[in-house]
Amino acid sequence: MSVLHGPAARGDDIVIRGARVIDPARNVDATLDVVVEGGVISRLDAPGAQHVANGHRIIEAEGLVLAPAFVDPHVHLRAPGREDEETVASGTMAAAAGGYCAVFAMPNTDPVVDSAAVLGALIETARGEAAIPVGFLAAISKGQLGAELTEMGELADHGAAGFSDDGRPVAAAGLMRRALQYSTLTGRPLAVHCEELTLSRDGQVHEGAVAAELGFAGYPSVAESVMVERDLALAAYEGRPLHLLHLSARESVEALRAAQATGVVATAEVTPHHLCLTDEAVRTLDPNVKMNPPLRGEEDRTALVDALRDGTIPAVATDHAPHARHEKEVPFEAAPFGVTGLETSFASLFTHLVRPGVVPLTTLLERMSAGPARVYGLEPPRIAVGASANVVLLDTESEWRVGEEPFRSRSANSWLLGEKLRGRVRLTVADGRLAFER
Amino acid sequence: MGDIHLMRDELRPPVDPPRRHLMSVADLSREDVERLLGTARSLARSLEREMKKLPTLRGRTVVSVFYESSTRTSSSFELAAKRLSADTMSIKASGSAVDKGESLKDTALTLGAYDPDVLVIRHPQIGAPQIMARHTNAHVVNAGDGKHQHPTQALLDLYAMREAFGRLEGLHVAIVGDVLHSRVARSLIQALALVGARVTLVGPPTLIPRGIECMGCSVSTTVDAIADADVVYALRMQRERMQEGANYVPSLREYTALWGVTPDRLRRGQRVMHPGPMNRGVEIDPVVADAEGSLIETQVRAGLVVRMAVLYDLLTQGPTAVPTAAVKDPVAAVAESVA
Repeated sequence: MSVLHGPAARGDDIVIRGARVIDPARNVDATLDVVVEGGVISRLDAPGAQHVANGHRIIEAEGLVLAPAFVDPHVHLRAPGREDEETVASGTMAAAAGGYCAVFAMPNTDPVVDSAAVLGALIETARGEAAIPVGFLAAISKGQLGAELTEMGELADHGAAGFSDDGRPVAAAGLMRRALQYSTLTGRPLAVHCEELTLSRDGQVHEGAVAAELGFAGYPSVAESVMVERDLALAAYEGRPLHLLHLSARESVEALRAAQATGVVATAEVTPHHLCLTDEAVRTLDPNVKMNPPLRGEEDRTALVDALRDGTIPAVATDHAPHARHEKEVPFEAAPFGVTGLETSFASLFTHLVRPGVVPLTTLLERMSAGPARVYGLEPPRIAVGASANVVLLDTESEWRVGEEPFRSRSANSWLLGEKLRGRVRLTVADGRLAFER
Repeated sequence: MGDIHLMRDELRPPVDPPRRHLMSVADLSREDVERLLGTARSLARSLEREMKKLPTLRGRTVVSVFYESSTRTSSSFELAAKRLSADTMSIKASGSAVDKGESLKDTALTLGAYDPDVLVIRHPQIGAPQIMARHTNAHVVNAGDGKHQHPTQALLDLYAMREAFGRLEGLHVAIVGDVLHSRVARSLIQALALVGARVTLVGPPTLIPRGIECMGCSVSTTVDAIADADVVYALRMQRERMQEGANYVPSLREYTALWGVTPDRLRRGQRVMHPGPMNRGVEIDPVVADAEGSLIETQVRAGLVVRMAVLYDLLTQGPTAVPTAAVKDPVAAVAESVA
């Protein structure tokens, strides 16, 4: 059973002419005409070839970059329960506008996705209203309370893409071990939010000089890294794969790298905000730089960038966390954790990492597409004849200001509001359908 | 559903209009501090006269909103405003719409509708004064926001130290106690650094925030470190901030035994300060509090004149900081205007 759910595909016929086609997985970097017919890439031609069939949409893409569309391993669609903040429709529309052909939604909704009934209803919703295919994770523990395992077998049979208690850790090591053992049965990955709650406590901001000066309760790096080490040790002991959500600390990266070196099958993700910002941003007291895990120091940020570049961390995740405007228009400490990211991820990373020459464009494209696809066992999107069309057309010259155009997301709690970025998504084809065009 | 449109002013960073506030000591320059202390000095002289009221802020409105209990700060702000002839209004969170769940933004919009000239706010959360500033047209004075800042306390402490020593530069101040939960400590460290004084923090390792030495102070976990300080500044053990089971210190008894400011730990000539309210017998020995070397009452008196100076400065100076020399002596200025 597929782990992605969306409207039944009626593939489009499109010709994208003259783009620079980059497919990092296949080592392609060439100017080509790409023909999509019935939702499948049917031809890759040298530019200027004659191939205008009746009814094909022609996209003139000279000077633009065409790449495999992005996959987001970590978003919050807020449905069911907080449809004022986001819905499957609005969240997937935002994703399409950000260049995504698939997103994976976390189960910390209200009610929690911990039963086949809740999951089934979501899948139905996605079939009816999703702009791009969605994978739904189910909870590891019932109600995400950390006490009893969910019925993972049944949930996997009903289409759960994986399991996570994201938003909170699996506090008890014993339960985490059972979940790993049980995951043999489902074959679906476990995605863990690593936080030792007795160390993070009421922490708001990375424990360090900035928190000390501003008076915020500190959330130390070690609160994350001890849990990363625990879960990696359990995964090693049980010989099961593991996915680490939203890493933020240098120590976590080091633990992951060491575990991978000994053969542990562990993947991880990092968010654009952890790659671009440090806790210095908190000096603004802006609730839109409040997230869990918190922004950390420059050493942490550079460790994350290095790990993304060398593949230790194979995936970029937005951790898109929409919040109602009135809930973020409060003092920092009263605001909920989380920021949006689906509509700005490529531009933020292109602006902050690719343009200054820190990360090559091909690496970024790989970490936003094939890397995260593999986390959930998806066939990586590729630009090849016969492949389902999952492509994004990028304008790397275009400059824009975040917020000048309304967000497709129902929420506007972006950490980039007002910032000028370079790089814009022009078009997204997801599962053979033209999902977004600007 | 409609799209979410952003107003222009919602784009980050929130840019405050050219209106002066007192949010944080970090926003002040040394010149600002000198000017404010100088103004406070002049105002202190005016208070020695029989007629204590000055007409300076007649027709102005000073509104104070206190979301946390306070004796010293709220009363001194109110008296300061009255001594300068401003109209005053004080709102306490309990018994107000805050009890009914009104958000800070809505309270700001409500109070802002009365067009106050100055809003004084105390709030348990960091950044609350910035929200007030964003949603009103008033000059905002931070009278304490969470564990962040309490700038008028730092200014009055500087004032009291200068009264006692005749200088600030080169003074060595030991701040003893619960630095972690103390906005007083954070503001004072910055203020002392600004005027060239030296700071040593002394307290239990669990109550000294990691990384605080980046603010330019040294740190010690033994009380002996107060020996060569000119001023020993005891912080309140903030029991109300101590969460259940946090285990910052095993007991107040152990705290007092290891870090209490007691007569035998002080040497002659050292002056003792405390922001109040004191836990006598916990962080400070009652004998020390009442001894001749104590500046605690001086601090309270300084609170009044420093807060008068802050109100005067915000309402009578231009939009940007004015060099000290260009600022008129407020009492002389008043005399001129009356004449």
